[in-house]
Amino acid sequence: MITVTDLTKRYARTTAVDHISFSVNKGEIVGFLGPNGAGKTTTMRMLTCFFPPTAGTATVAGFDVFSQSMEVRRHIGYLPEAPPLYLEMETIEYLRFVGRLKGLAAAELEKRVAFVLDRCAIADVQHKLLGKLSKGYRQRVGLAQAIIHNPDVLILDEPTSGLDPKQINETRELIKSLAGDHTIILSTHILPEVEQTCEQVIIINKGKLVATDSVHNLQARARGAESVLLAVAARTGSFGAQPVQTRLERIPGVSRVLVKEQLERGAVFEVEASKGQLVRGDLARAIVESGWDLNELRSSAISLEEVFLQLTGSGAATESPEPGSEAPPPSTDFPAPEANA
Amino acid sequence: MKSAWIICRRELDSYFTSPIAWLLLTLYSIIFGFFFWNYLGDFVIEGMEMQMSGQMQPMSVNEQIIRPLLANTTFLGLFFVPLITMRLFAEEKRNGTIELLATSPVRDIEIILGKWFAATILYCMILLFGGINFAFVFRYGHPDWKPMLIGYLGVVLQAAALLAVGTFISTLTKNQIIAGASTFAACLLLWVFSWVSGYDSSTWAQVLSYMSVPVHYESFGRGVLSSKDAIYYLSVMFLGLFFTARSMESLRWRS
Repeated sequence: MITVTDLTKRYARTTAVDHISFSVNKGEIVGFLGPNGAGKTTTMRMLTCFFPPTAGTATVAGFDVFSQSMEVRRHIGYLPEAPPLYLEMETIEYLRFVGRLKGLAAAELEKRVAFVLDRCAIADVQHKLLGKLSKGYRQRVGLAQAIIHNPDVLILDEPTSGLDPKQINETRELIKSLAGDHTIILSTHILPEVEQTCEQVIIINKGKLVATDSVHNLQARARGAESVLLAVAARTGSFGAQPVQTRLERIPGVSRVLVKEQLERGAVFEVEASKGQLVRGDLARAIVESGWDLNELRSSAISLEEVFLQLTGSGAATESPEPGSEAPPPSTDFPAPEANA
Repeated sequence: MKSAWIICRRELDSYFTSPIAWLLLTLYSIIFGFFFWNYLGDFVIEGMEMQMSGQMQPMSVNEQIIRPLLANTTFLGLFFVPLITMRLFAEEKRNGTIELLATSPVRDIEIILGKWFAATILYCMILLFGGINFAFVFRYGHPDWKPMLIGYLGVVLQAAALLAVGTFISTLTKNQIIAGASTFAACLLLWVFSWVSGYDSSTWAQVLSYMSVPVHYESFGRGVLSSKDAIYYLSVMFLGLFFTARSMESLRWRS
């Protein structure tokens, strides 16, 4: 549905997007991930024909964004980072305007307007001025205008930015429910969003493509491993983390042992092992047989956040989420360093 | 061109849902009403004086009321044009709605024409409000309507030309105040270029003087339909809209 080949955008002094290539299949929902300033918006603006690429090509629904721009625009619904709302218009007036602009015929227009009002749950504000709506509603009106002409492709630029957690969840659910009918690219710098919403992920950093894979593979990748958390304590006397660490590292299949947390008479270790090695039994036996207490043992999935930090080279995952939390809180803004451009 | 009409209608709606259109209509009605009242007063007093002194001279409603009023109206355009055009593109750029227009299946020229049509239609509506005063002239006097119509044609042509210039300037900035002030400055300069002809008759002074807007209104004001002057206004319109299109294009290539 979308094919991007060596897409490049240069500004006067900087290269915002540098030879990016990827493709998206019909009906997929793809997360476009990167820290602020990575080139996400620039790429999306090229795909939506807001501006032409400096080099490279992109086709959307079989049409070239440069030479067949009008056709591409007919097949794309676009929600920019700030929803493009005329604040002095009523919701329904605005949707009619966008529908006409996208070329809907009069007979179809009312049907589509009624449909998107219902789909995006904004029927209750249809006669309110857009300027009076809350942020969550504005975002949903933004989504409504993007799907009004039933486009094949939806391009959403940070659709949940600036919303409160409840609104974020509602917006995500709405986006997920749209996935069947449309191919969706959504950009974000919030990782849990990708983990929760997308099937595929494209990671870019400083204008360059870093990785493109399914969310599932990506989580397993990087350290190619599962990780196990162990809480170990001394039965009597003092406790030294060092001997435990050395002992654990000797177990076959273990690739790395980290001291996660020092307790008063013990420590929590994070053990990484290659997948399929089933080291958990060996770990437990080694601890107990060496005379220490094993207080806790559980596996923890490597979060996408850690993978992402590795891939974008933003340093070690020092601020990984609490080991115990099942899912990271939905609104964790990923602490990406300010990238230039 | 259907898209241009869609955009034009939205612009007009926007003028009338915000207070801008109503404010401009009100201000224009007050100012034009005052002008009308003055010229009418002059005319009536002069007529009475002539009757009392017994020295009857020909008097003309066309020459003494309508013509100076229309000349003043062109001058008012100087102030109203920037107020109308300053938001056209600047507001879209600030609100980000330009992204909606620029990614819709609409050609740039349709966006530009739609906006410029809307501005011109609003200006004509404003003129119409002032024109109500003339209903009284026609009720109590017998002016010739043809020169008045030609005069109005000149007013509209001139306004449409300046509105095109303002539309162009509005694409250059996100800031409405900057757009408005620059448009006012540009219109004022176009207004006073003809001053050079007062002391200089070299070629460049003649060119500058030709570029001056009010010079070309004079024939219309006299009730003469001059194709030379109409062509001047049409070229300013064309140039203004042409530069607007180039500016939008550069917006796409640079931004």
